[in-house]
Amino acid sequence: MTAHLDYVLHLADNALVLGQRNAEWCGHGPILEEDIAMANISLDLVGQARLLYQHAATLKGDGTTEDSLAYFRDVPDFRNYTLLELPHHAALVGYAVDNRDYAVTIVRNFLYSTLMALVWEKLQTSQDEHLAAIAAKSLKEVRYHLRHSHDWLVRLGDGTEVSHAKTQAALNHLMPYTQEFWSASDFESHVTSAGIGVDTATVRDDWQTLVNNGIADATLQQPSTEGFVHTGKHSLHSEHLGFLLAEMQSLARAHPQGVW
Amino acid sequence: MSQATPKALNEWPLWEVFVRSKQGLEHKHCGSLHASDAQHALQMARDVYTRRQEGVSIWVVPSNTITASAPDDKAEFFEPASDKIYRHPTFYTIPDEVGHM
Repeated sequence: MTAHLDYVLHLADNALVLGQRNAEWCGHGPILEEDIAMANISLDLVGQARLLYQHAATLKGDGTTEDSLAYFRDVPDFRNYTLLELPHHAALVGYAVDNRDYAVTIVRNFLYSTLMALVWEKLQTSQDEHLAAIAAKSLKEVRYHLRHSHDWLVRLGDGTEVSHAKTQAALNHLMPYTQEFWSASDFESHVTSAGIGVDTATVRDDWQTLVNNGIADATLQQPSTEGFVHTGKHSLHSEHLGFLLAEMQSLARAHPQGVW
Repeated sequence: MSQATPKALNEWPLWEVFVRSKQGLEHKHCGSLHASDAQHALQMARDVYTRRQEGVSIWVVPSNTITASAPDDKAEFFEPASDKIYRHPTFYTIPDEVGHM
């Protein structure tokens, strides 16, 4: 049961943290139309997170609500991939708003959407009927996110000299974080054997093929995937998640009984 | 010949967007947007103009391919029709079986 709950929270935290990150572009997008597109994607992700938190709250019981899970848990409780909490910055630059790099946003969305297009597809046949229903809804959304990010990956990669260099740098920066997708965890092993969850190892080849094709379409070089294997899903995070949660949770924590 | 400014070179072309609603029989003009090419414009139109379930089909057309009538031509273009009321089909009753016309 704990594994089941942890798995649903892992999926929910992934969606919420990336949704919150991408929402940072709201009002600051490169152009108006793209600003709206990115806000749409964020809203899809936050919508997925809400359904998953509502489901997790039912599994947990004890007066838990979607809001208590999203706003009143701290960094060591979150189970999202580290990839999703990183700021929109290339490696080794400052964290000023001006340093945000849209190539990082696009590459991350591409790597994660590719994974989730495969995972949601399989989760449609989960033994957890509620999760299967959420998967069917989320699959349509993530297919669009994948289309959007793949489209931009090619435009930026196969664009100007500057956009190519930035996109390659973003890919080199983020690709090592994808190792976490395939690292084993107890809660994932449990839900997989119970027929509730998906063993990500079974979608790894498909993911690699789709990602390789995207990299080739964008005329980019295959980056190294070596290095430290990150541990966000084990609740051991980078320094960035705390700042993200502080901003996201501050309103709910300042007004704990607030209703809106 | 005026020299293209760097800004003009960076500006994406304008597209007109037409959306057909679920019950609608034809695509209706709903606005315009900037995009780098047709596919891009289609995706942008999806995000900008169909977020509230406005449609089930989208057309995008490059704005510069539309030839428009000039406001100055209004008198000779449109006013001659104003006294030819017999051209309105309201003089005829349409049988129900015909359906939508």
